[in-house]
Amino acid sequence: MSQSVPTREVARRVFAAEYNDASYTFKESDDERAPLYLLLPTGERANRVFIVGTLTEKEDVGEDSEYWRGRIVDPTGTFFTYAGQYQPEAASALRELEPPAYVAVVGKPRTYETDDGSVNVSVRPESITTVDAATRDRWVAETAARTLDRIEAFDDEGNEYARMAREQYDLPVEEYRDAVVAALQSLDDADELEGEAPA
Amino acid sequence: MADLQSHAEEIHEQFSDHLDLTTEEIEERLASLVNEYSVPVDEARRSVVNSYLDEAGLERDEIGSGGSQQALVGDIDEDEQWVDLRVTVADLWDPNHDSIAQVGLLGDESGTIKFVSFSTSELEELEEGESYALSNVVTDEYQGNYSVKLNRTTTITELDEEIEVGDDSDEVEGALVDIQSGSGLIKRCPEDDCTRVLQNGRCSEHGQVDGEFDLRIKTVLDDGDAVQEVIFNEAATAELTGIGLEEAKEMAQDALDTTVVGEEMSDMIVGRYYRVRGPTLGRYVLADEFEELSGADDADETVDAESLLIRARSL
Repeated sequence: MSQSVPTREVARRVFAAEYNDASYTFKESDDERAPLYLLLPTGERANRVFIVGTLTEKEDVGEDSEYWRGRIVDPTGTFFTYAGQYQPEAASALRELEPPAYVAVVGKPRTYETDDGSVNVSVRPESITTVDAATRDRWVAETAARTLDRIEAFDDEGNEYARMAREQYDLPVEEYRDAVVAALQSLDDADELEGEAPA
Repeated sequence: MADLQSHAEEIHEQFSDHLDLTTEEIEERLASLVNEYSVPVDEARRSVVNSYLDEAGLERDEIGSGGSQQALVGDIDEDEQWVDLRVTVADLWDPNHDSIAQVGLLGDESGTIKFVSFSTSELEELEEGESYALSNVVTDEYQGNYSVKLNRTTTITELDEEIEVGDDSDEVEGALVDIQSGSGLIKRCPEDDCTRVLQNGRCSEHGQVDGEFDLRIKTVLDDGDAVQEVIFNEAATAELTGIGLEEAKEMAQDALDTTVVGEEMSDMIVGRYYRVRGPTLGRYVLADEFEELSGADDADETVDAESLLIRARSL
C-alpha cells in the first residue's frame, strides 16, 4: 500500500466513564498539522471518537453567535459536545433535534482546563445524526468489546500507550472493566423489561 | 554445486533461442561470482542474466524467467514475478492506446486480475469466456494493485476444460462515519469511455461538457480498529437510501442545488452500522451487497452481550 495517501484516523469506541477521565493530549511529531491525540486511560490514543447515546439536553450557550452544547448519555455517564459556526452541519443538527433522541456523533476529542485547574474533555462533532435504539444497543456492545480489548492488552509488553497511561494517570483499569459490566447489564435489563411487557 | 548447475540450466533455457551458450560456461560464470567474489546466488544470477541480455540485445521482459511458477491470480503479491496461469478471460476492455493489443480481466478459482498484452508482443488474441493456460507472464504492481503482463515469451494454450472464476469479494463492516465529497447526485463526463466526475461542470480531461447525472456515495466504514473506504454505485445508493436517480433530480430541482441530495442521504446513513461485500478496487470496496447491522444480539459473536459479559467477568 502506498504510504503517500494520508491515512484517516480511526474513530475509537469509548464509554463516557473512561472518556471523561482522560485529560492528557499529545502529538507524535513536531509538524504543525500532526494529529492531536487524547490518551485514553485504558491505553490507546484517540484522535477521533464514535459515540452513540441519548441526547438529553441541548442549549445555545453562545454569546454573539450560536454555540450549541449537547449532553449525550451512555450507560456509564455523559458526553458533552459543543458545535458552533465552524461545525455548521453539527450545529444545525443540534438546533433542530428535540431531546430526548438517540444520536450518533463522530467527532474529535477536545480538552480545556477549568479555573480550578481540572481538565474537562468534550467532543467537537464532525457529524450528528439521529439513529434508532438498535444502533445504540450495538454501539454499547461494540464499545464494551473494544474496551475489553484494550484492558486485555494493558499489561502487554511494548504497549506504549498503556505505558503512557500508567505514567499520566493513576487510574486502575479495573474501574473500566466494571463500567463495561454495568453497560452490558443495562442492555440485558432492557431486554428483560421488553420481554415482560404485555404484548 | 548442484544449486549453481540448476541455475545455469535455467539460464541456458531462457537464452536458448537467442544465444549459443553452454550450461558449463554459464555455471562457470556463476561459480566465479559466488565463490571468488562472495556474491549471493540470486544476485549472481541476476548479473549473469543481465550480461547475456546485453550480449543478445534484449530487454529483460523479452526472455522467460526459466523458472516461472504455476500460480493463482489471488496469490500474486509481488512485482516482477514470472508466473504460469490457468485462467478464464472474464472481461475484455477497449484498449485506450495503440501500443496495447488487449486489456481485461483474467480469473481463476482465487479471483480475478487485470491483464495487458502489448501490440509489439504479437500474441494471439484471447477470447472472452474462453479458458487458457498462459505460461511466462510477468506480474506488475501499481499503487498496491497487481496485474499481469503478457509478453513475447508468453505461450498461450487454449484449454478444453473451463476454469471457474472465483469470487474475490471482500467483506467489511463497521460504523459509517463519513460521507466524502463527490457523493449524492453527481454529473459525469458524457465523452466515450470517460465517465469522469465533473467539477463545476468541467471534466479534467474534456473541459466544459454537458454532464450526465448519476448517483453514488463514497463513504468510510470504521470498526474502531481500522477504516475502509466504500463506494455505492447508483443501484446500491438507491437501495441504501431509498432515493433513486429521478427522485434525486427532482430534489435538486426543487432546491436549485444538487448538494441537498448528498446531505439528505448523509442524515439517513451516517452513524449506522453496515456490513458490505464486494470487490476491492484501489482504496475502495465496491458495494455489491450490503446490510444494516443493528442490535446487540445479532448472531455476531463479537457484539453478543452475553458472551461479552462472560469475557468481562473473567478479567
